[in-house]
Amino acid sequence: MAALLVLDSLTKTYPGVVANSAVSLEVGQGEIHALLGENGAGKSTLVRMIYGLVRPDSGTMTLDGAPFMPLGPQAARTAGIGMVFQHFSLFDALNVAENVALGMDATPPNLAGSIRKISTDYGLALEPDRLAGDLSAGERQRVEIVRCLLQKPRLMVMDEPTSVLAPQEADRLFQTLRRLRAEGMSILYISHRLREIRHLCDRATILRRGKVAGICIPAEESVQSIAGMVVGTQMTSPAGRVYTPGKVLLSVTQLSLGSDDPFGPSLKDVRFDLHAGEVLGIAGVAGNGQNELLAALSGEARTQPGAILMKGEPVGDRGPDHRRLRGLLAAPEERLGHAAVQDMSLTENALLTGWQGLHNRGFINWGAATSFARAVIERFDVRPPNPANAAKVMSGGNLQKFLIGREILQHPEVFVVNQPTWGVDAAAAAAIRTALLELADNGAGVVVISHDLDELMQISDNFAVLAGGQLSPVQRTSGVTAEDIGVLMGGTHATA
Amino acid sequence: MTDFPILALLAGMIVAATPILLAGIGELVVEKAGVLNLGVEGMMIVGAICGFAVAYETQSVTLGYLGAAMGGAALALVFGVLTQFLMTNQVATGLALTLTGLGVAALIGQPYIGIRGTTVGAVPLGPMREIPVLGPVLFRHDAMVYISILIVACVWYVLRFTRAGLVLRAIGENHHAAHALGCKVIVTRLAAIVFGGVCAGLGGAYLSLVRVPQWAEGMTAGAGWIALALVVFAGWRAWGVLVGACLFGGLTALQLFLQAAGVAVLGEYLSMIPYVMTIVALVIISSGRVRAAPCAPASLGLPFTAAT
Repeated sequence: MAALLVLDSLTKTYPGVVANSAVSLEVGQGEIHALLGENGAGKSTLVRMIYGLVRPDSGTMTLDGAPFMPLGPQAARTAGIGMVFQHFSLFDALNVAENVALGMDATPPNLAGSIRKISTDYGLALEPDRLAGDLSAGERQRVEIVRCLLQKPRLMVMDEPTSVLAPQEADRLFQTLRRLRAEGMSILYISHRLREIRHLCDRATILRRGKVAGICIPAEESVQSIAGMVVGTQMTSPAGRVYTPGKVLLSVTQLSLGSDDPFGPSLKDVRFDLHAGEVLGIAGVAGNGQNELLAALSGEARTQPGAILMKGEPVGDRGPDHRRLRGLLAAPEERLGHAAVQDMSLTENALLTGWQGLHNRGFINWGAATSFARAVIERFDVRPPNPANAAKVMSGGNLQKFLIGREILQHPEVFVVNQPTWGVDAAAAAAIRTALLELADNGAGVVVISHDLDELMQISDNFAVLAGGQLSPVQRTSGVTAEDIGVLMGGTHATA
Repeated sequence: MTDFPILALLAGMIVAATPILLAGIGELVVEKAGVLNLGVEGMMIVGAICGFAVAYETQSVTLGYLGAAMGGAALALVFGVLTQFLMTNQVATGLALTLTGLGVAALIGQPYIGIRGTTVGAVPLGPMREIPVLGPVLFRHDAMVYISILIVACVWYVLRFTRAGLVLRAIGENHHAAHALGCKVIVTRLAAIVFGGVCAGLGGAYLSLVRVPQWAEGMTAGAGWIALALVVFAGWRAWGVLVGACLFGGLTALQLFLQAAGVAVLGEYLSMIPYVMTIVALVIISSGRVRAAPCAPASLGLPFTAAT
C-alpha cells in the first residue's frame, strides 16, 4: 500500500505541556487508519497540525511524496485534506446549504443541487434548506461529511464521528466510509470506541501522553489488548454486583415539561420508580431530552408537585435546595458553566452544592469547606490535589471525579447524574463508575443518564431509553441486547 | 413646504430617520459579525463635528461627509484595536468610546459654535417632485437620504447573497467554528467595526449638515442610543432597520410638531417611546418560541482568541 500522508517526528509544545513529541504516522492510499488515545494524549493537536490550524515546532509532513506544511485550513483543503469535526463546526442559525458553502473555498453555482446529488449518491439524506439547529446529531454529521466530500478530498479526517450517533446511524456511517475507501479515499479515524475500530480500520496508531505508543492491525488484536495499549496500565473495571431492589425512593409520574432550548425536545409523560440500591440507566442519543430530564429532577425546572415524589413527598414544584435537603442530589452534564464555575477554586465549587453543612448562620466556615474539598480530592484521587486550584485548570477527567465526589460525599439518597463519563479518559471513567456502584451498594438509588451504551450495560440494573422526550418502560438490563436498545433509541420521534 | 401638515410630517419623518438609519445599519453589520459596539453615540458626534468642520472649511458638503466618515472610522478603529487585539471588554470600551467621542467632538467644535452651516439642496428629481403626495414626501430630499437607503439595500444583499456576507454571519454566530473553517475572524470583525464607524460618522454628519444644520455641543442627543435600540428592534435584519428608523424617526418628527403646537409634555413621552418599543420588541422576540425567530448573533459581545 502506497503512503498518502507521512508525518515524521512532529513535535508541538505548549507552555508547560508537550502536546506531541516526535510523533510519526503513515496513512496509506485507500486506508482507514485509526488514531487512538485517551483524552489529552495529543490526538486533536496532531489533527489540527494536519489541517493547518496549528503549526508544529519541528518535524515534517509529506503528502503524496511532496513536502506538506499547510499555513491554514484553506491550504490544507486545496491540498486535498478534508475534516469532519466533532464539535464547534456547524452554525445553528444558518441553513444546510450555507453551512456547506462555508466549508468550501468557492461556492459552486448550483450548491443545493450538488448537495442533493452527493447525499443521494452516498445515502446521506439531507435537505439543503433546513436550519442546522433543527437537525439531529446524525443529520448534523451528514452535513459535515457532505461538506467534506463536495471538495473531493484525498484524505478525510474524522474526529470521534460516532460519539453522538445511535447504533443504526453508526452502521450507516460505516457503510459510507467503506464505500469511500473502495473508491480510493484515505480516512484518518479518531475514536474512543475500540469495537468499531476493530471492525472498520485497517491499521491503528496509538498515542499516549503525546508519544506514539504503538501501531497495530486492529482486526488481529482483541479489544482488551488495544485498550491496554491505549491506557498503558491495567485498569480496574467495576465488579459485577447483585441487585436486590429496596423500597421506592423516587417516583416520577406523568412528568411533562417544555424545553428552554428552542431546538430541544419537551418531556412527555415520563414515569419511572427508583428503588433503594438500584442503578437505573437512561440511554438515548444526545438532544432527546436528557438535559430537560436532569433539570426536572434536580429542581432547576419546576413541574406539577405530584410529578416527582421523593420518599412519598411531592417535590415537583420545589427548587434544588429543598430537594437536596431531602437527599435528592443531581450532577449535570456540562462540567464548566453548569456543574462548576470555571474561575472558582475547587473549595468554592464544593461549597456551591455542599454549603448546607459548611456554614454557620450564613457565614462560610472556610476551614470545614477546605477539609470537605480535601476529602473529595483524597477519596477520588483528584489530581493535582490542590483545593485552591481553579476549576478551569483541571483536566476533564479530574474535574469530573471531583464534581461527582462532591455529591457522593454529601451522602445522597437519590443521585441523578447526566453523562458521568463523557469526555473522560478510561481510568477516570472506571473510577467514577465504581463510585456510583458503591453508592448504590450502600442503599442509595442512582439514575445514570448516558449516551454510552456500553457504560449503561455495564453498571445499570434497570434500563430505559429516552427518545424525543419520551421514556420507554423500565426493564431489567440483563437480557436486553444492544439491537433492542438501538430500536428504542429511534423512538416514536425518529431522529435519523 | 406643503399644503397638508401630514405630508410635512411624513417628509420630516424621513429626514429624522436618516441619521439613525445610517448609524443603525452600520451597527447591524458590526453586531452581525459578533461585536457589540456601544460607542455609536460617540462615533456619531465625532462624525457630526468632522463633517461640519470640513464642509465649512472647504465649502464642500461631499468633502464634509468624507471627513465625517473618516472621523467615525478613526474612532471605530480605536475600538477595534482595543477589543480585537488588546482583548478589552467590549461593553466597557464601547461606553468609554461614547464618552471620549463626546469630549473630542466638543474640543474640535469650539471654534464652530454658532456658525451657520451651508445649505444642502435637494436632488433634482425633475417631474417626480410633482407627483401628488409621493412627491413632497419622497422625492424632494437631499442625496444622503437616497444613499442611506442604497446602503441598506447593499447590506441586505451582501449579507444574504454573497460569500463575504455568509462568512461575516458565520463569524457572528460561532467564531470558533468559523475559525476552524479558515475564516479570518479578527480581520473580518475589524472591517465590520470600521464600516460601522463610517456609517455612524455619516449619520452624525447628516445632523450637522442637513437636519439642523449647525454645530452644537452634544447635538446627537441620544441618536446613537436610538440606533443601538433600533438594531435590536429590527431583529438584526437590514430591512427591519429601515422600518424601525421610519417609525422612530416619525416619533421624533411628531414630537417636534407637537412642541411647535405647544403640547410640550406629550413630547417627553414621545421621546421615551423608541426605548419602550424596543423593550416590547425584545420581549416579543424572546418570548416567541418560534424557531428561526430573529435573534441576536450567538457570539455577540464575546471575545475571540485563536488557539495556535
